[in-house]
Amino acid sequence: MKFEYAPAPESASIVDIKSSYGLFIDGEFVDGRGTAFKTVNPATEETLAEISEATADDVDAAVRAARRAYEDVWSAMPGRERAKYLYRIARIMAERSREFAVLETIDNGKPIRESRDVDLPLVSQWFFYYAGWADKLEHSGFGSTPLGVAGQVIPWNFPLMMLAWKIAPALAAGNTVVLKPAETTPLTALLFAEVCQQAELPPGVVNIVTGAGATGQALIEHPDVDKVAFTGSTAVGKQIARSLAGTKKRLTLELGGKGANIVFDDAPLDEAVEGIVTGVFFNQGQVCCAGSRLLVQESILDAVMERLKDRMSTLRLGDPLDKNTDIGAINSARQLARITDLASAGDAEGAERWSPSCALPESGFWYAPTVFTGVTQAHRIAQEEIFGPVLSVLTFRTPAEAVEKANNTPYGLSAGVWTDKGSRILAMTSQLRAGVVWANTFNKFDPASPFGGYQESGYGREGGRHGLGAYLKEVR
Amino acid sequence: MSLRTTLEGLPGVDRVGAEARVAGLGTRSIKTTAKAWAIDLAISMVDLTTLEGSDTPGKVRALAAKAQRPDPTDLTCPSVAAVCVYPDMVAPVVDALGDSGVHIASVATAFPSGRSSLAIKLADTAYAVAAGADEIDMVIDRGAFLAGDYDTVFDQIAAVKEACGTAHLKVICETGELATYDNVRRASWLAMLAGADFIKTSTGKVQPAATMPVTLVMLEAVRDFRRETGRQVGVKPAGGIRTSKDAIKYLVMVNEVAGDDWLDPAWFRFGASTLLNDLLLQRQKLSTGHYSGPDYVTLD
Amino acid sequence: MDRVDVRKTYKLFIGGAFPRSESGRTYEALDSSGDFLANVCKASRKDARDAVVAARKAFPGWAARTPYNKGQILYRVAEVLEGRRDQLVTEVSAAEGLSAAEAHAIVDAAVDRWVWYAGWPDKLDAVLGNANPVSGPYFNLSTPEPTGVVAIAAPQDSSLLGLTSVIAPAIAAGNTVVVVTSYDRPLPAVTLAEVLATSDIPGGVVNILTGDIGEIGPWLATHLDVNALDLTGVVDASAATAMTADASGNLKRVLAPGRDDWAADPGTARMTALLEIKTVWHPIGV
Repeated sequence: MKFEYAPAPESASIVDIKSSYGLFIDGEFVDGRGTAFKTVNPATEETLAEISEATADDVDAAVRAARRAYEDVWSAMPGRERAKYLYRIARIMAERSREFAVLETIDNGKPIRESRDVDLPLVSQWFFYYAGWADKLEHSGFGSTPLGVAGQVIPWNFPLMMLAWKIAPALAAGNTVVLKPAETTPLTALLFAEVCQQAELPPGVVNIVTGAGATGQALIEHPDVDKVAFTGSTAVGKQIARSLAGTKKRLTLELGGKGANIVFDDAPLDEAVEGIVTGVFFNQGQVCCAGSRLLVQESILDAVMERLKDRMSTLRLGDPLDKNTDIGAINSARQLARITDLASAGDAEGAERWSPSCALPESGFWYAPTVFTGVTQAHRIAQEEIFGPVLSVLTFRTPAEAVEKANNTPYGLSAGVWTDKGSRILAMTSQLRAGVVWANTFNKFDPASPFGGYQESGYGREGGRHGLGAYLKEVR
Repeated sequence: MSLRTTLEGLPGVDRVGAEARVAGLGTRSIKTTAKAWAIDLAISMVDLTTLEGSDTPGKVRALAAKAQRPDPTDLTCPSVAAVCVYPDMVAPVVDALGDSGVHIASVATAFPSGRSSLAIKLADTAYAVAAGADEIDMVIDRGAFLAGDYDTVFDQIAAVKEACGTAHLKVICETGELATYDNVRRASWLAMLAGADFIKTSTGKVQPAATMPVTLVMLEAVRDFRRETGRQVGVKPAGGIRTSKDAIKYLVMVNEVAGDDWLDPAWFRFGASTLLNDLLLQRQKLSTGHYSGPDYVTLD
Repeated sequence: MDRVDVRKTYKLFIGGAFPRSESGRTYEALDSSGDFLANVCKASRKDARDAVVAARKAFPGWAARTPYNKGQILYRVAEVLEGRRDQLVTEVSAAEGLSAAEAHAIVDAAVDRWVWYAGWPDKLDAVLGNANPVSGPYFNLSTPEPTGVVAIAAPQDSSLLGLTSVIAPAIAAGNTVVVVTSYDRPLPAVTLAEVLATSDIPGGVVNILTGDIGEIGPWLATHLDVNALDLTGVVDASAATAMTADASGNLKRVLAPGRDDWAADPGTARMTALLEIKTVWHPIGV
């Protein structure tokens, strides 16, 4: 008999999803004036709730509320008092982490194991970390003068974590915010609005407006927004940069990537295989810093592929609420179509596809973990960000070739290096043109650690002391 | 190629990554039917062990009885894999076990330190085998290993293997004294190359004894060794595994790292004593639906 | 009979060489009273393209030099510049309509600025980097790294001090640059190019084009092998906005146009704008 794990679903009863949600403006929930839209559970395609769409007028109301809160309350409040609100939020997020994790999994499709063990702990820690900066800004190197009202637009891959990455440093630095969550994953942001109420955060300091691209555009183009922070695709990031040209708005962008994960012949092989798996299958590969290009030293290609395939065969795909699920649902039909399209290009261009045998659920949006071998730099799947559980495997012969291939992309967000040789690690990490380089590990995040890209992966940093620079006036 | 070159050419183990892998495996949630199956499997993998200076024929006979009927109130409960004792206690165990099918394991080779001459280690082995042990748990010479004298360690294992005759040889690396996972991997390969049928973590006399990461490294070693040589070698974590929850985590790890070929008492064992009663308590809980207590399992 | 002057030909500075514009175009540089000073090359988009190629080629080598070495090279610029003070005083005075004393102060400040920046390369990591205390068994270090090839619109007014103040921070940070000089006041820039050529700055690290930023700027703003755009010397606001918008094509880092007080303490902002923070993680374990 084989060891068949029985289903171990996390109880969904901990969350109370309302039938409809309004916008959170000036400390209260109000109806949006646009056309309400639905958010669905990507694992089942069931509608979860109706969400208000914020029109330009709604966005204006939110920005005005943020401005009032900025002028009257938040920027005037001593940092030590702001800190206490952020600490409160950190504590509440820890207390309610199970509820948030379940809701995140239901709305996003990510495995509960990840929302529970990665997203939520980091969310609470992010607020706790930046809370401590609020009364120590003069030590940050960026002065202590906030920018004003921040318009923040975040993606659907880490809905709540991106919210924390945006709101925590902004508030700590004394700014107020209007945040737009992604249209396919608004629920945890709206539940976070309740946390703001629970923490008795002054009205208007945090405003949440829901909607799609038009809402986001209204927000970033609002003339009374001083600072725009965007995480999402490089294409949209470029549009934002273009539309802000000629304004005084400060802009930080955290965009796409095509991270190279480089494995040398002296790598700690089993841990490298774990790093490859974590690098590209974490969150179904819907990660901007994913290690989606595996660069393997040609001499160990077979050994790596053998181990990798064995390991991929143990990945469990299915119900995201099952505590044993490793691979959850793709967030949306649209994203699934994009993954399917790009992977098909891999087939068409002659790369060899392999997936472990795994049954996909009948409803919902799913894509089996997939690896393509025989990929070269000339393949689309080696160049374009797939944003899905699809790994492209390339080979190299020398360290110089590895660097050259790794850097041969307009992106520059992440890279990985696996080798037991210390001097090689340092040489490689210094030559790789990427904002985050993981050596002998991958996809690690921490509020104390700056994150962000080179080149077309965006500019500005989130996390750490450097993350404050995005929300303070003094440039350094 | 020299043994040293071979062993030092093995891929390194990144400690943080290995421990993270184990932590990830530890989050597997095993429920209901899978849990019942795993508990029975774990019981059948136990090498029920007593290795005390105070062991007596009476004591080991009692253990042998427990080994055959772990839960006398429930005859569906499987027997354990083996009883593990010092060589001079083998005879009464042989007597008590009869033809029950439970194996008789004995720790030979100047256990637990291994600090004696090869002649004595071989005599110790021959004595246990002659007394009826069909499994020998030997210790490697950790001093020689740490001094880089891999050939000595290899030769001793090979010699003990020969002295075992048809008895299975489990080679104890005493990983708590090897300190690094790189050493655990090298010692595992050394033992397998020298003829080990099983590689075993610990004597139970040194802390830390068995740990999940050490067992992970050993499972990777046997998996890779079979891939390279075609020969399958078993793994036995010993010492420190006390709860059903831990045992199930180990089985999950066996399943996902080495594969289900190893989910068999022929290829995976738990060296333990108190673990068995916790497995039995959990087994009773699963069959009755309520928690049991220590008075409802036998103390032997 | 009086000696006939040997007049100087003012050329472009690309990849360490002094070519004429491939377009063959020149224009007249006048002094502040409108009198003829010299013919200077009017760089074309192709000259800009060649300059970017030279800058890209020089980038890895320059970035990889040790901070001490970069500092020494910048200091060497100051040393060589010091010896050209009289010439530069004449040129700055003519270009900017300053008295000799005022021009002297400008040239001195320019030399001193090179000295100031010469001290920076081996301090940037300490001042801008960070050892990050992450919550886990990981070594985590953030360090600044150069952005890459920077296209710079030099100030139109301050022909030497302003020029120095935009070039020096960019290369102190490890970038290589393509600079379009002040259109009306180009001569001090050509002399600075000669100073750079005779200092230890490797060819291609600094490329200097005399010409019209309004003509060349859009090509640099859309050039996909340029990583950052310093619009300091773009006076026309709508042109600056257009170039900023074009810079979004490959997400260039953009320094907004604007007139700095070149005499003031420059601070670190011009370097940090042209640096990327790289964060490296590594497990800690035996």
